[in-house]
Amino acid sequence: MSKHIQQPKSAFDAELMKGALIDSLKKLDPRTLWRNPVMLCVEIASVITLVTFVMSLTGTNTEPAWFTGSVTAWLWLTVIFSTFAEALAEGRGKARAASLRKSRTDITAKLVTKPELKSNFTTVGASQLRKGDLILIEAGEMIAGDGDVVTGAALVNESAVTGESAPVIRESGGDRSAVTGGTSVISSSIIVKITANPGETFLDRMISLIEGAKRRKTPNEIALEVLLIALTLVFLLVCANISPLSIYSVKATGHGTPVSLTILVALFVCLAPTTIAALLPAIGIAGMDRLFQKNVIALSGRAIEAAGDVNVLLLDKTGTITYGNREAVAFVPVGGHTEQELAEAALMASLADETPEGRSVVVLAKQKYSLTRETPKDAELVEFSADTRLSGINIEGTRYRKGASDSMVAFVKKLGSASIPDDLAGVVDRIARGGATPLVVCRDSKIMGVINLKDIVKAGIQERFLQLRSMGIKTVMITGDNPLTAAAIAAEAQVDDFLAQAKPEEKLRLIREYQDAGYMVAMTGDGTNDAPALAQADVAVAMNTGTQPAREAANIIDLDSNPTKLLDIVEVGKQILMTRGNLTTFSISNDIAKYFAIIPAALLSIYPQLGVLNVMHLASPFTAILSAVIFNAIIIPMLVPLALKGTKFRPMPAEKLLIHNLLIYGVGGIIAPFVGIKAIDMVIGMMV
Amino acid sequence: MNTSEWLQTILFFVVLVALVKPLGGFMAKVFQGEHTFLSPVLVPCEKLLYRISGVNPEDEMGWKRYAGSMLLFNLVLFFGLFAMLMSQHLLPLNPQKVPAFTWQLALNTAVSFTTNTNWQAYVGEQAVSYFTQMVGLTVHNFVSAATGIVIAIAVIRGFVRRKTSMLGNFWVDTTRCTLYILLPISIILSLALISQGVIQNFSAYKTVPLIQATNYDKPKIDDKGNPIKDAADKAVTENIIVKEVSIPMGPVASQEAIKELGTNGGGFFNANSAHPFENPTPFSNFIEIMLILLIPGALTCTFGVMVGNSRQGWMLLGVMLFILIASFGVLQWAESSGNPLVAKLGVQSINMEGKEVRFGMAGSNLFTVATTGTSCGAVNSMHDSLTPIGGMMPLSLILLGEIIFGGVGSGLYTMLSFAIIAVFVSGLMIGRTPEYLGKKIEVREMWMSILVILTAGVTVLILSGIAMITPQATASMANPGAHGLSEVLYALASMANNNGSAFAGLNANVNFYNLFGSMAMTIGRYVPAIAVLAMAGSLAEKKYIPPSLGTLPTDKAPFALWLTLVILIVGALTFFPALALGPIVEHLQMMGAYPLPASP
Repeated sequence: MSKHIQQPKSAFDAELMKGALIDSLKKLDPRTLWRNPVMLCVEIASVITLVTFVMSLTGTNTEPAWFTGSVTAWLWLTVIFSTFAEALAEGRGKARAASLRKSRTDITAKLVTKPELKSNFTTVGASQLRKGDLILIEAGEMIAGDGDVVTGAALVNESAVTGESAPVIRESGGDRSAVTGGTSVISSSIIVKITANPGETFLDRMISLIEGAKRRKTPNEIALEVLLIALTLVFLLVCANISPLSIYSVKATGHGTPVSLTILVALFVCLAPTTIAALLPAIGIAGMDRLFQKNVIALSGRAIEAAGDVNVLLLDKTGTITYGNREAVAFVPVGGHTEQELAEAALMASLADETPEGRSVVVLAKQKYSLTRETPKDAELVEFSADTRLSGINIEGTRYRKGASDSMVAFVKKLGSASIPDDLAGVVDRIARGGATPLVVCRDSKIMGVINLKDIVKAGIQERFLQLRSMGIKTVMITGDNPLTAAAIAAEAQVDDFLAQAKPEEKLRLIREYQDAGYMVAMTGDGTNDAPALAQADVAVAMNTGTQPAREAANIIDLDSNPTKLLDIVEVGKQILMTRGNLTTFSISNDIAKYFAIIPAALLSIYPQLGVLNVMHLASPFTAILSAVIFNAIIIPMLVPLALKGTKFRPMPAEKLLIHNLLIYGVGGIIAPFVGIKAIDMVIGMMV
Repeated sequence: MNTSEWLQTILFFVVLVALVKPLGGFMAKVFQGEHTFLSPVLVPCEKLLYRISGVNPEDEMGWKRYAGSMLLFNLVLFFGLFAMLMSQHLLPLNPQKVPAFTWQLALNTAVSFTTNTNWQAYVGEQAVSYFTQMVGLTVHNFVSAATGIVIAIAVIRGFVRRKTSMLGNFWVDTTRCTLYILLPISIILSLALISQGVIQNFSAYKTVPLIQATNYDKPKIDDKGNPIKDAADKAVTENIIVKEVSIPMGPVASQEAIKELGTNGGGFFNANSAHPFENPTPFSNFIEIMLILLIPGALTCTFGVMVGNSRQGWMLLGVMLFILIASFGVLQWAESSGNPLVAKLGVQSINMEGKEVRFGMAGSNLFTVATTGTSCGAVNSMHDSLTPIGGMMPLSLILLGEIIFGGVGSGLYTMLSFAIIAVFVSGLMIGRTPEYLGKKIEVREMWMSILVILTAGVTVLILSGIAMITPQATASMANPGAHGLSEVLYALASMANNNGSAFAGLNANVNFYNLFGSMAMTIGRYVPAIAVLAMAGSLAEKKYIPPSLGTLPTDKAPFALWLTLVILIVGALTFFPALALGPIVEHLQMMGAYPLPASP
C-alpha cells in the first residue's frame, strides 16, 4: 500500500466547501461562464426574470412578485449550483497543488561545468536552470529541476511527488537515472543533467494539471457539448415559438392571455439540459482527481477517456503478471545427491546473495529443510558478474557456486571435474519447459543439483484478466523470456497472447499492428527502451521510477509504479464517459415531466381543456411552474455526489450495461421529476 | 377493421418486407458497379451517356466535389423548370391554353419539384400544360429522387470506406440510379396502373353531359370579392343549374408511378391519388402505397449489404416499421372512433369524411401514414378531414423528420444521423467513446448529424412562429382556431421536411407561403444534404475499429428500442407545445371539454 501525499479530504469537507462557495460566485462572471454555454444561457435567463421581477414590484408586470421573485431566485441558484459543482471538483486538486508548490519554492542549485563530483560550482536559483545544465546535488539537498543522473548514485527521497517515504536509488546509466525536481537527496552526491526548463518540469506540469488551469476539454466532451448546445438552441426556439402561437390562440378564442416572458424563460431553463451541462465540467475534473487519489497522474483528460476505450492491453510480465522476482520453489538433486545435501549447498551458495532470488533460496532451505547458517566471518564472497554468470561463496577452501547451467558446467570443468551427472541436462530442460529458471548448484567440482526458480504469477491476476476479457479487453504479455517460458507463464496467468523475447522494435511493431487493425492499445513501461512503444501507444502509462524518456513518452504517470494500476485507469475512463452519458439521458428524460407541469399551466387561461394534461394535479399554474424550476435547480446539487464519484462500473457486456443504465437513468429520469415536482408543489402549497 | 381490411393490411406488409431484400440487394449491386440482369442492355446506354456528357466514370469525388456536383445539377434543373413554368403558354402540348405561372408561384413550384417536395400551390388540371407535366415535372420526379438516393449511397460509402476521402462519382451514381432502378420500375408499374384505368393521352379536356342535372346556390359577390348581403344580413345567392361537366385528360400514367416511387407526391390532378384517373381501384391503391415505401424500405437493405452486415439494415427497417404501424394503429383507432359530435346526430359512427369509399378506411389510412412517413406527400384522402388525433398522426410523422421510411435516400441518411446521435449517448452510457459501424463518432459527426436531424424542425419552429403573427398567413386558414393552427403547422412542416402533402383547408398560394415555403423547402433539402455529405467525407477518412465485447451492438433489439425512443423523444420535446395548441386541444374540445368524460 502506498501512502498519499496527504490524506485525501472528503469532497464535502467544510473547508473545501467554503472555498468552493467563494469560487462558485467568482465563476458567475460571464467571461468565465461562456466556457459552459448552456449555463451562460441560464444566467442570461435569470437576468431576464430579474427584470420581470422588478416590473412586478413596480406594477408594470401583472404577475405576482412572489412568483417572478422566486423564479428569479431559483434560476440564479441553478447557475450557482453548477459553478459550485465545478468549484467543488476543483477544490481538492487546488489544495494539493498548493502543498506541492511549497516544495518548489526557493530551491538553489549548484551549477557545475563538468560532470565530475569534485568540480567547482556556482550557486544559482532554480528558475535560472535551463535544459542541458549540469548541477551537483549533495546529501541533504533538494534537487532543483527534472533531470538525469549522469554521475554517481544516491538515495533519493521522492515523497514530495509520490507520497512514498521509502527512499529510492537513483544512479547514472540504466533505467533508474531520472530524478524529479522537488525531491531530495539523502545520501551521496550526484551530478544531474537538467532535462526541463523551469515551468515545464514534472512538478510544474503536475501542479497545473491538478489545478485544472490547463485543463482542456476533451474531444468527447466537446462532442457532447455540441449535442447539449443544439438541444438548448432547439428549446430556445420551442419557447420562442410558444409566444406567437399563444398570441394567435388568444386572438382566435377570444379569451386568456398570451404566455408571459417569465413563464417562457422558466420553461426554457427547465427544458434545456441544465443538469448535465451543470455537472459536465465537474465530471471530468473529478475523474482526474479520483485517479490522482490512486496516485496516478493523467497528463491529459483525453488519455483517461482513451483508457476507457482500450481493447488491447500490453503488460510487462515482470511486476505486473508475476511478482517482480523469481522464487526458489524446489531443489532437484542430480548425480545421486540427496535433496538435503543439495539444499545445504544451495543455501551456502546463496548466503551472501542479497538479490531476491538469493533470499528466496535461503527461505526455502529454512522452511522446507530447517537449515539455517550464518555467514562465517572468514568467508570469501563471490559476486555475480556478467563474465562468469555465477555467484557463491568460499568457506574454508570449499567453493559453493550457483548459476546458469552452461556457465556452471564450464566452471566445474575448469576445476577439473571429469564427469557431469547424466541426469543434469534432463532436469534443467524439464524445469525450463515448465516456464521456470533452472539454477545449477555445485560444491567445488561436484554438481549437486538444480534450484527451480519460478516466476510466481500474482494471486488473483487471472480473475482480473477474466474481468478485462468480459469488458472486451484483450491482454498481451510482453517478456524478454524465451518463448517456452513465456508460453508457460502466459498459460498460467491466462493472458490472451504473449510476445516473447521482446525487443523495443518488436513492441513498437506489435502496437502498430494492433492500431492498424483498429484497436486502442494501452501499455505500461518504465525503461528507456520502452519509450518508443509508449509514444506509439494510445494510452501509455509510465512508472514514476522509470527513466525520463519513458516518462516523457507516456501520457499517464503512475506514482506508485504499480503496473496493475492500468486496470483502475480503464475503470475511471469508463466511469467518466458513463457518468456523462447517464446524466445526459437523465437530464433529457426529465423534460417530459416538466412539459406536463408547465404547458397546461402556461396555456390554461387560453384553453381550460388543457387542464387535463395536468396529470400531477399541481395546485395552481404559478406553483406548477415554480415547482418545475425548483426541481430543475435542486437536482443539480443532489447529483453532485454522483458526478464526483462517477457511476459505478461493473464489468458486463455492452448490451446488458446499456439496458441496466437505461432503466436507471432513462426510466428513472422520466419518473423522478413527476414525483419530485409533485412533492415540491405540495410543499409550496403548504407555505403559500 | 373488418376481415378484408385486416387481410389487405397484413398482405401489404408481407409483400413489402418480401420485396425489400431483392430490391435492396439489386440496388447495392447497381451502386457497387456489379453485374446485374439489366447490365447487358443498360451498360451500353450508360457508356454512351458518359461519352456524350464527357463524364469519366472512374473519376472519384471527395465530399465537396460530390456536394458541388449535386448542387450544380439541382440548380440547373431548378432554372430549367422555372423558365418552363414562366413560358408554358408559348410551348407546345397545351390544349387547354393555360397561362404562365406568376413568378412567385413558379419559384415555389420549381423549388418544390427540385427539392423532391412536390408541394403544390397550384391546381394541376387548371394551371399546368401537358408539356410542363411531362418534360418538366415528370423529369424532376426522376432526378430529384435520384439526387436523394445517391446522397444516401455516398453516405453509406462513408461508413464502408476506410482512410480515403473519395465517395464515388455523382454523375455515375445518378445515371445508374435513374437507368437501372427508377426507369424500369416506373415503366412496369405505369403499365400496371394503366391496366387499372389510369389514363395516358394528350386529348383536350372532355365535356360530357351529366346523366342527372344538379343545382346549387352560389353566393353573389360584389366587385371587391365580398359576399353581397341583404337587409337581414343574409348572403344573397343565385341558383345555378349544372348540366354538363368538364373532365380533365392528360398523360397521367407516365407520371403516376414515379410520383410514388420517388416519394415525390406531386399529383397530376389537384385531387392527387384520390382522383379516379390517378388511382382508380383498390388494387391500384395497393400498388401506389407499395411504391411509396418500396425504395426507402429497400435502401435499408442496400445499406446492410454494403456495410457487410445485413442485420444493421433490418434493425433500421424494424424501427421504421414499428413506428409506421403504431401510427397506422392510432390513426385507424381515431378514425374508427369517429367524431362524437357527429355521432350525437346519429349520422355515422366512423369518420369517412374526406375518404374515398373505394379505398375504405384502412386503404385511406395506410396511404396517409405511408405518404407522410415518407416524404412522398401524395394523398388519397383529405388529411384536413381527419379527426384531431388522426390528423396528428400524419403531422407527427412529418415532424419526426421524414425518417419513418422517409424520402428516397433522404429518409435513410436522416435515420442514420439519428442513429449516430443515439449511438453517441448510448456509447457514453456503456463507457466507450462512441462508434457506429466501426467508425468513431466525434465532434464533426455530431455537428453534421445534428444539422441533418434538426434543420427542418428548427425551420418549422421559426416559420410557424412568424406565421401565427402574420395577418396574411393566418387569413389563409379555412378554420381559424386550433384546427387552423394545425393547418399552418402542417403546411410549413410539409415544406420544410420536403413532404409536399397539404392538410388542405389553407390557401397556400399567397406570397407568405410561396416565398417562405420556397425558403423552407430549400433549407430543408440542402442543408441536411450538404451536412450529411460532409459527415460522409469525414467518416470515410476514419479507420475501422473492429467490434469487441465492449462495443455496443447496433444491430440488436436494445439499440433498436433506444433508437426508437430517441426519435420519439426528440420529436415530442420539439413539438409538444405546438401540438398541444393544435390537434391536442382540438381533440379535447371535440371530446366535450375539461374534465374529460369517461371513455365509452
